[in-house]
Order: sequence, then structure tokens, then C-alpha cells
Amino acid sequence: MSAAFDLVILGAGPAGMSAAIAARRHGLSTVVLDDQPEPGGQIYRAVERRARSADAASLGPDYAAGAALVEIFRRCGADYRPVTQVWQIGRDLTVLASHAGASSAFAARAIVIAVGAAERPVPIPGWTLPGVMTVGAGQILLKASAVVPPQPLWIAGQGPLPLLYAAQLIDAGMPPAGILDTTPQGALARSWRHLPGALANWRYLPKGLSYLAAIRRAGVPLVRHVTEVAALGDGRVTSVRYAVGGRLHEAAAATLLLHEGVVPHVHMSLSAGVRHSWDDTLQAPVPVLDAWGETSLPGLFVAGDAGGIGGAAIAAIRGERTALRVAHRAGRIDYAQLQERDKTAGLQMRRHEQIRPFLNAVFTPRKAIHVPGDDVIICRCEELTARDIRQAVAAGCVGPNQVKAKTRCGMGPCQGRQCALTLQQIVADARGVAVAELEQLTIRPPLRPLTLGELASLDHHHGSANLT
Amino acid sequence: MFTRIGPETGANLTVHVDGKPVSVRAGDSAATAAMLAGLLPSRLTPVSGAPRAPYCMMGVCFECLMTIDGVGSRQACLEPVREGMRIEVQSGRRTLTP
Repeated sequence: MSAAFDLVILGAGPAGMSAAIAARRHGLSTVVLDDQPEPGGQIYRAVERRARSADAASLGPDYAAGAALVEIFRRCGADYRPVTQVWQIGRDLTVLASHAGASSAFAARAIVIAVGAAERPVPIPGWTLPGVMTVGAGQILLKASAVVPPQPLWIAGQGPLPLLYAAQLIDAGMPPAGILDTTPQGALARSWRHLPGALANWRYLPKGLSYLAAIRRAGVPLVRHVTEVAALGDGRVTSVRYAVGGRLHEAAAATLLLHEGVVPHVHMSLSAGVRHSWDDTLQAPVPVLDAWGETSLPGLFVAGDAGGIGGAAIAAIRGERTALRVAHRAGRIDYAQLQERDKTAGLQMRRHEQIRPFLNAVFTPRKAIHVPGDDVIICRCEELTARDIRQAVAAGCVGPNQVKAKTRCGMGPCQGRQCALTLQQIVADARGVAVAELEQLTIRPPLRPLTLGELASLDHHHGSANLT
Repeated sequence: MFTRIGPETGANLTVHVDGKPVSVRAGDSAATAAMLAGLLPSRLTPVSGAPRAPYCMMGVCFECLMTIDGVGSRQACLEPVREGMRIEVQSGRRTLTP
């Protein structure tokens, strides 16, 4: 099946939904392709179902607010395609996607990649053991299915999400065994100068403090300045080991949830071959975008956290602005209308952005996570360690693509989604160069495993007139 | 044990996890069903046969590859459960079914 649209949006989170709503308001034919079964993205995961249930309050007012956005999205008139997996973005702005075992082509005048953020890989000893998951995974289980992993459950890492999830578990009557806070000593002290900005946006800071208060009231151990977290076990995790001030500790664990912040999910934008740059604050690559979110490929836009971490509120504004730009280019609004709307959006965005310097200063990505010890697995799919990568560099591989060709790092089913970031860091560290100097891992279609049947079901013809 | 804590948010369905009937809810993913059934590991790697289980639950890590309704290498975290769905451990590479 083939179809042509003014706008093809990839992802139905805050950015994708807002882009669709704005595009439809200006009469653009719009299709939204999302791999999840329900709209909302990860932040508002399953919000329609949960908002109706009696326990929605335990997930907090921010989550419940997402229900309103989803409702408007449902009624906006965009062609919404859930459980649809995009597997190619062509430079001719054609998107190939698979649903229920059959593929379709979507020709677009413009594409918005709004696939959000992904959790930073946390390569520590034992992180491939069953029972070790991300904190995001734990929260998805909670939101989508009201399911809590086995106890004793430990949370290790830094950032707002571990505290939020711990508070949610406490609210649900299933407190974690403990929280291992990996925020380095002195990080909070260094970030005080950013406090006025954080206070200016009054909504965020009290939220963080309320999570901490809930954790303290529940008597959940919160261990500060933890280093050297490792998952131990034979066949599955049975304990967690960690160091505080040079002393090792060990505790029984059936579940260990890891989180070291989020990074833009750049797999799709990389696959389109557009320009990316290295963001030193995020310690991650980001697509190079103009003020409206357009990439180096005309007509291909990135909105929301996929283009840089800003959170749900900013993602929604960015999605709307991108759609307005597309509407302007299609002649649906004039430049004065575009500018007027943009003035309001700009003000809203600046207000929400005031918390970022504070968060970035407190929760700085840690070098031990980027450049782990020799025995730690980096490429989970091909089971390659940091040592394998360092040996490849010693043998003359100068960048991620050479290491990939020599070792298969990044060639497994995930195609580098998990290892690319660490691979870049280890290569740069081993060579003694800045990560920014290295090229990105080349990402090629198909972006998902495909059956031959899915491939054969495609009946489109590139560049011809028979797209209907 | 993975524990369900909340009230009903979807209709009850029955799926088969490695042949055993398991009661799940509409809105669960196949990966969640496998974990509720206690199926860890959910796959053995093609490289060394190492045990693995779902890690990210959002389609990024590909650790939840399982055989679903006879088709191998499906991302179980992205597959909503359906009545009668068969969810099985994948051991090594996927096999081709005629």
C-alpha cells in the first residue's frame, strides 16, 4: 500500500502529537506512525487507560495532564497508525514502515522525526544479566501494566527519574530495597550558581524535593556518592555490589534498575544521513537543526527530545513550531501568523528551559559510565567488551565504523542503538582525541528486523506517479 | 515474582508462554506477559548462548527478542498481547518457518 501526505510524523509522544494537532489545524494531510500501541510516547505511556482507572493519582498530576493532549490528538483528524514500525527514511522523503506483517510506503512533502529520548547506556559489570533493567523500563511496566519487578529491588543511578520512580513505588505500597545515588560528590555544590534559574521555574524543583521527602518518610535507604555499581549472579542477578568512599558493599537483589540520564534517540536521523554534532553537556550526538527543527536534508525535521533534551513541555512546543513551519511552506499560513505564534512559543520555551542548566550541572554524565573497564560488555548483541574495542583501536581502527567492520560492534539486532554512544567514547579515549572529532556510526536500513514477507508486500515505486 | 498491583485497566486475555496458559490484560506487551509468567531468561544469545531478558521495554535494546506465534526475532516489548498468542523463548538465531 502506498499513500502521499503533506506531513509524515514519526512518533506519537508530546512532540509528535502536538505537531499533528497544529498541522491538522492548518489543513495539512497528516499521518502519524508510532511503534507503540497507544498514543502518549513513553512520558504519557498508556495514559488513556490509566487516567480512567482508580489508581491514576499514584502516577502524579503531570502524567494525568497528558490525557488531555492525547484526547485532542485523537480528534485532530490525523491518520494515526499505532504498532507501526518505520524501517527506512529515504532521502526522497519516502518512509517505509511495517504493520501486522505488511509494509507500506508513505510519500511526504515533509517528515518530522519525533521519536524522543532513550536512556543512556549504563555499561557496568553484569548489566546483561536477567533481572537488570533500566529505571525507564520499570516505569513503563508500572504505567502500561501496573506491574512491579521482583523484590528486593534496587535502583542505581542519577537524575530525576530514579527519584520519581522510587516515589511511585512507595506510593503503590511496594518500596524499593534501596537507592544507590551515583551523583558525584560536589556536583550539587557546583550547581548552586544555576539555582536562581531553577527557582524561576517554580514547578520543577519542589517536585524533586517532594520525591526525596517521600523516600525519607518511607525509610528507604538512599546511599549517596556511590561508585563501581556491579550486578552479580549466575544466570540472573542475585546481588548488587557498590563502593562508597572506597569501601565495597553488597546487598541481595532480585532486580537492579539502572539510569544515568537520557539522550536524544538519533538512530532515525542518523539513518537519513543528515548532519549531527557532538553535544558536550549531554555527552551525546544531536542532529544539527535550524531554528524550526529542520535538518540538513530539506523537508526532514526533528522535534522534541530526539533533537535535544528538553522534557515533555518543550517537546510539545517544538512539535507545534515545526508543524507551523511546514504549514507556512505549504502556503497555509503567512509569515506574520508564523511569527506571531512563534513569539508566544518562544516565551513558553524559555520558561521551561530555565531548569536545564541546574539539572545538567547536578547530573553530569560520569566518565566511568562512558569509558568502563576492560571486562565490561559494551555491545550487548555481539557480546563485545571494552577490551575488544580498545584492541581494535590499537590495531589501527580510527573511528566507530572501522571498529564495527573489524569486530561486529554495532552489527547485531539493535544496530548500535545501545553501544554506539559508548563505542564512540572508548575510541576517542583510547586515541586521546575529542569525541567530537569522530564520525558517527553509519546506520543503514532496514532499521528493524524484517521478514521477507514484509519486504515483498511493498508495492511502491520510488519517484513514479502511481502513489495514490 | 513480577507483581500486578493496580486495579483492572483492560480486559482479561489468555496467552501461552512456553506452552503454559497465562492470564494477562489487554494493554500488556508480550514481554510483560513473559515476565509475569516468570520466564527469565526470555532468550539465549546466538553468540554464546548467554541468558538475557527484556532490558529497556521501549524498543531500543532488542534484548526481548522472542518467538511469537511461530515467528522468531520479534521485539516482545512492542507486541501487544492478543487472545491465544503464543510467546516462546528464542534460543540462538531465529529459524525460518515455511
